Amino acid sequence: MWRYFPLLPTSKTVLLNSCSPQEVYTIMNDTVISTEQLTRTFGAFTAVDHISFDVKKGEIFGFLGANGAGKTTALRMLTGLLQPSSGKVAVAGIDVARYPEKVKSRIGYMSQKFSLYPDLTIRENIRLYGGIYGLTRSDIRSKTEALLDQLELREQADQVVGDLPLGWKQKLAFSVALIHEPEVVFLDEPTSGVDPLTRRQFWDLIYAAAHRGTTLMVTTHYMEEAEYCNRVSIMVDGKIKALDTPRRMKDTLHAENMDEVFRKLARE
Amino acid sequence: MINIENISKSYDGVLALDNISLNVKPGELFGILGPDGAGKTTLIRILATLIKADSGTGTLAGLDLVKDYRKIRTIVGYMPGRFSLYQDLTVRENLEFFANVFGTTIQQSYDLIRDIYVQIEPFNERRAGALSGGMKQKLALCCAMIHLPKVLLLDEPGTGVDPVSRKEFWDMLKHLRSTGITIFVSTANMDEAEKCDRVVLLQKGKLLASGTPSEITAAYPHPLYAVRANDMYRLINDLRTLDQAAGCYAFGEYAHLSMLSDNLNTKDIQHFLERKGHEDVEVLPTTANIEDCFIELM
Repeated sequence: MWRYFPLLPTSKTVLLNSCSPQEVYTIMNDTVISTEQLTRTFGAFTAVDHISFDVKKGEIFGFLGANGAGKTTALRMLTGLLQPSSGKVAVAGIDVARYPEKVKSRIGYMSQKFSLYPDLTIRENIRLYGGIYGLTRSDIRSKTEALLDQLELREQADQVVGDLPLGWKQKLAFSVALIHEPEVVFLDEPTSGVDPLTRRQFWDLIYAAAHRGTTLMVTTHYMEEAEYCNRVSIMVDGKIKALDTPRRMKDTLHAENMDEVFRKLARE
Repeated sequence: MINIENISKSYDGVLALDNISLNVKPGELFGILGPDGAGKTTLIRILATLIKADSGTGTLAGLDLVKDYRKIRTIVGYMPGRFSLYQDLTVRENLEFFANVFGTTIQQSYDLIRDIYVQIEPFNERRAGALSGGMKQKLALCCAMIHLPKVLLLDEPGTGVDPVSRKEFWDMLKHLRSTGITIFVSTANMDEAEKCDRVVLLQKGKLLASGTPSEITAAYPHPLYAVRANDMYRLINDLRTLDQAAGCYAFGEYAHLSMLSDNLNTKDIQHFLERKGHEDVEVLPTTANIEDCFIELM
């Protein structure tokens, strides 16, 4: 059963007539991303074809699919960048299709392409994004200090970001995506091309964020990383072909690893 | 087939390659593994005679990389990391163009490229820019082989490509290798090491290791355990607090725990975790993979 809440999700006064208070409570506390029959067409081409799924609070959700399967289109609808053709999409309790601007203050997004300002320093980038997301000066100050400690970047705080090694840039970009304490963070191939150690340190940050209750939706081409997710979905030709925990997916398809799962599903 | 000695190259004072030596035998599928910024592209471009090393020497098929660059270019097929064919020419036009540049025809090269070409032939009249990632790669590979090169230089063919197309691409390489062509391929995906005959690990311009994949993994110095429990985040954090733990990172559904000594056995580790309240604990001795080795050598 699908419900959305046009107002703040914490507001207990929002009740829909057909559901019991108990139901509302559960939905409000658990489901952070919800789509129902979400569809997007471009002319005669259906890029996303009636997908329905829910993601719970604190979950690390892997969003997988071959090139051209419709992941990016779906992500753009979830983040309010693209209007759905039909169907419903709610993120952090907000009807995204209806309030695309509102959802943006409640989510974080880290693109695979490095999107901090390379000619600003670490400190300046943090201040800029803090300001954009409406944090107060004192919040920005305390956040900056906390981030510099957490990422062990204090010595580099006044260096321009463009000169940092790729792995540091990615960790910084992730932390900046979390600066306004969003309920949901979307990570689009965050670890492409980074070395194996940095990749794992990056996943340490993802686990830590999930542990604090942040919901993370991650796309990746590394099937081994799919194993780090609580649940994964695999998109094929605009549809969600499978959605389960990595272990159950492997069991069901008698596959040794997620790579094999992916190939079995995407090749049919 | 390829032999380089003490090659160094820097850009604006930053050392991109630091005294690299390696040799590749004829007919080998040779992998160069490293993250972005390791120096892979610089090395491949030096071999393709597109840039010169600051110091060091090298030969390809016995030809000098600097003096004989013209001859080298006729026997090397180069596929850059970024898609570099003409986006607004069709599949067929691109192939014909590259065949022409090298003074040959599609027909003359057909035997070598056939297996790959038949997969893109149905799209002959489509513009290259409108192909999917996997198709673009197949076309680029065909174009790189149109002049029947002795050596293929492939710069990160797997990047940005989904696992299905990636697997197909490696299958193609394996098949090509059986025709006797030497293949030099770079990748940031460590798990592709096992598809190569020999590999080098490159990090920040330095060679960390070289050999067959099994030689490299056999040289891993620590006892290593694969550990699983129901909460990976807590599991990793707790394992790192173990006395003698050298490192602990997630590897698929297991965490790999490397120990400085072998005075704790699997039972000890299991009991430690159960005392910490972990459930469904499983501890197994395991062997290192290339990523374990890379992390260790970094």
